[in-house]
Amino acid sequence: MMKYKMHVLVCGGTGCKSSDSDMIAHNLRTAIDQKGLTEEVQVVMSGCFGFCEKGPIVKILPDNTFYVHVTPSDTTEIVEEHLVKGRRVERLLYKDPQRDEIISDSKHMGFYKKQVRIALRNCGFIDPESINEAIARDAYQALGKVLKEMTPQQVAEEIKKSGLRGRGGAGFPTGLKWEIASKSPGPEKYVVCNADEGDPGAFMDRSILEGDPHSVLEAMAICGYCIGASNGLIYIRAEYPLAIERLKIAINQAREYGLLGKNIFGTDFSFDIELKYGAGAFVCGEETALIHSMEGQRGEPTFKPPFPAVAGYKMKPTNVNNVETYANIPVIIMNGAEWFASYGTEKSKGTKVFALAGKINNVGLIEVPMGTKLKDVIYDIGGGIKGNKKFKAVQIGGPSGGFLTEKHLETEIDYESLTAAGSMMGSGGMIVMDDSDCMVAMAKFYLDFTVEESCGKCSPCRIGNKRLNEILEKIAQGKGTIEDLELLRNLGNVIKDTSLCMLGGSSPNPVLSTLDHFYDEYLAHVKDHKCPAGQCKALMQYIILPENCVGCTACARNCPVNAITGERKKPHVIDQAICIKCGACVEKCKFNAVVVQ
Amino acid sequence: MEKVKTLDDLKKLKEQLKSTIELREKSNNPESHVQVKVAMATCGIASGAREIMSFFMDELRKRNIDAIVSQTGCMGYCYAEPTIELTIPGHEPVVYGNVTKAKADEIIEKHIKNGILVDGIIPVTYQNINKK
Repeated sequence: MMKYKMHVLVCGGTGCKSSDSDMIAHNLRTAIDQKGLTEEVQVVMSGCFGFCEKGPIVKILPDNTFYVHVTPSDTTEIVEEHLVKGRRVERLLYKDPQRDEIISDSKHMGFYKKQVRIALRNCGFIDPESINEAIARDAYQALGKVLKEMTPQQVAEEIKKSGLRGRGGAGFPTGLKWEIASKSPGPEKYVVCNADEGDPGAFMDRSILEGDPHSVLEAMAICGYCIGASNGLIYIRAEYPLAIERLKIAINQAREYGLLGKNIFGTDFSFDIELKYGAGAFVCGEETALIHSMEGQRGEPTFKPPFPAVAGYKMKPTNVNNVETYANIPVIIMNGAEWFASYGTEKSKGTKVFALAGKINNVGLIEVPMGTKLKDVIYDIGGGIKGNKKFKAVQIGGPSGGFLTEKHLETEIDYESLTAAGSMMGSGGMIVMDDSDCMVAMAKFYLDFTVEESCGKCSPCRIGNKRLNEILEKIAQGKGTIEDLELLRNLGNVIKDTSLCMLGGSSPNPVLSTLDHFYDEYLAHVKDHKCPAGQCKALMQYIILPENCVGCTACARNCPVNAITGERKKPHVIDQAICIKCGACVEKCKFNAVVVQ
Repeated sequence: MEKVKTLDDLKKLKEQLKSTIELREKSNNPESHVQVKVAMATCGIASGAREIMSFFMDELRKRNIDAIVSQTGCMGYCYAEPTIELTIPGHEPVVYGNVTKAKADEIIEKHIKNGILVDGIIPVTYQNINKK
């Protein structure tokens, strides 16, 4: 066996791949070959490192050097300097934006220090296309353990004891779900993995599937043993081609080893997994809609009960869990329920993966123990707000979630605390906003999404959300009234109470929580006809302050619609009737003469 | 590919495969391992640092010593190449110069295994900014 002196891990997640990380790996291999180091240095395409803001990422071991924003043309220098001469390439190292210092070693970066990686344990560590590397990290041993040493009841008990709850959003206890499915009578049952990740800005599940597919396959087989199913189905959206590709490779490799298929580990337990593709409808993340879509019917939800655990896919007992939930299972079996339960809070155990996005310095994928304070995530891991602006709100839980504000920064992240604060765990999207974001516009953004994604089956969701959206549009146009605010709240509550599924049942949350926390901002829109954040175009004007304007003509020359007039060296004026409020003049003015009102 | 028929098969397979990612596992907490850094600048390589590095890697593995062997840049002791820096967990790093295979063997047997310093140590006469 070849023994390498160094391992070069190149991020092979979707984000870094779209920034040419394939080419980086290829160039590295070529340059390493030219230097005759092929037998000494191994180049591995790994899963996502999470620090997507800084991608593409190249990590060199054993010295843990973390190169950021690497381009294919940097590879020669990395090979010649680092791999041959042992000198780090300084310009590619990570620079801490807050302390303005270079940190070469990923272990010392603020982004990683407070993270605990359980679900992401193998992401950015192994080659996801190699089952051997997964096996070297204990993959399929938990499956072996349950088949040899545990009864199905013991498996359900163990998961119950661990306190693991569904990571897709609702937080239902996973062990209990398995127990219910295991008790449902019938020779034919199904294990379904919900990989229909649809929240805007969320990519937790995608990264797990791309970085560590075997953890999910193994967990599904364990679930199959527990509930008495021999068929597994992964419902994955077709927009995730890389995850699909890696899953296919992983399933084939597992079959070749006999870790999926008939008589696994020489027992009479057989289990195999098939992929089902979704077309990317948000509602198909709802488990009954997902099941109908897999059956070839319209992706529409149906009333529960009956729950899928009793009558699911093909009306047979079916257990549906999401990707991240499954990814936790093998380590719980290997390390024990107590070990897992030692992380987290009283009612929320373990960790949660979040996709950090929005106006934050360190955009990326993170995993923190439940109970971590919101401010630690935003300021320590996230590195604070971009451009040193002021934190305004964070939206957790996607289109179903709510907004949390500065007063919630001390909130500990767990299912109960987030719900109590008016938001929800959701699947793990976390979008940070600064003071240039208008909350009316943000609420509208999410509602636009829901209106688009509503399946139309029930009227509260189909019609109600449409009306909500129209009222928001009216407010954004400056035509709203105080009564409209009351109407928003009432209508929102009715939609929540009467919708058929949780898509409608949670869709008014962004509106309701912004009404709760940013009522003044709504008032400013309807009473003063102003948008305090300066985002609602209908409510703002660009004007030129005559005292600041020197008449340089830069704004007039750059105005795309010629709305600015004035003589050279004399103050200019914007014609509001022509202005399209694009903001080009503000960008070009060097004298702070153009302001938004 | 041979089928994995029992859990023991899988465990055996894991043992075989462990070495493929061992380097990565160790890098996860380098402080708890013996670290051998070999100076691999032009002068080091010309004096045979590459063979010394391989020697350390092979021998430490053969003698079942958990260690991280890595390369580093020029340490400045070009008159004493090959040079290595040895760090035993909990101790200050020590630099050895003129490391031959025989010397390397002595370092492994005496210093790494038993904590006895051997001849050939270059006294540290500089400060490293990382230590401040």
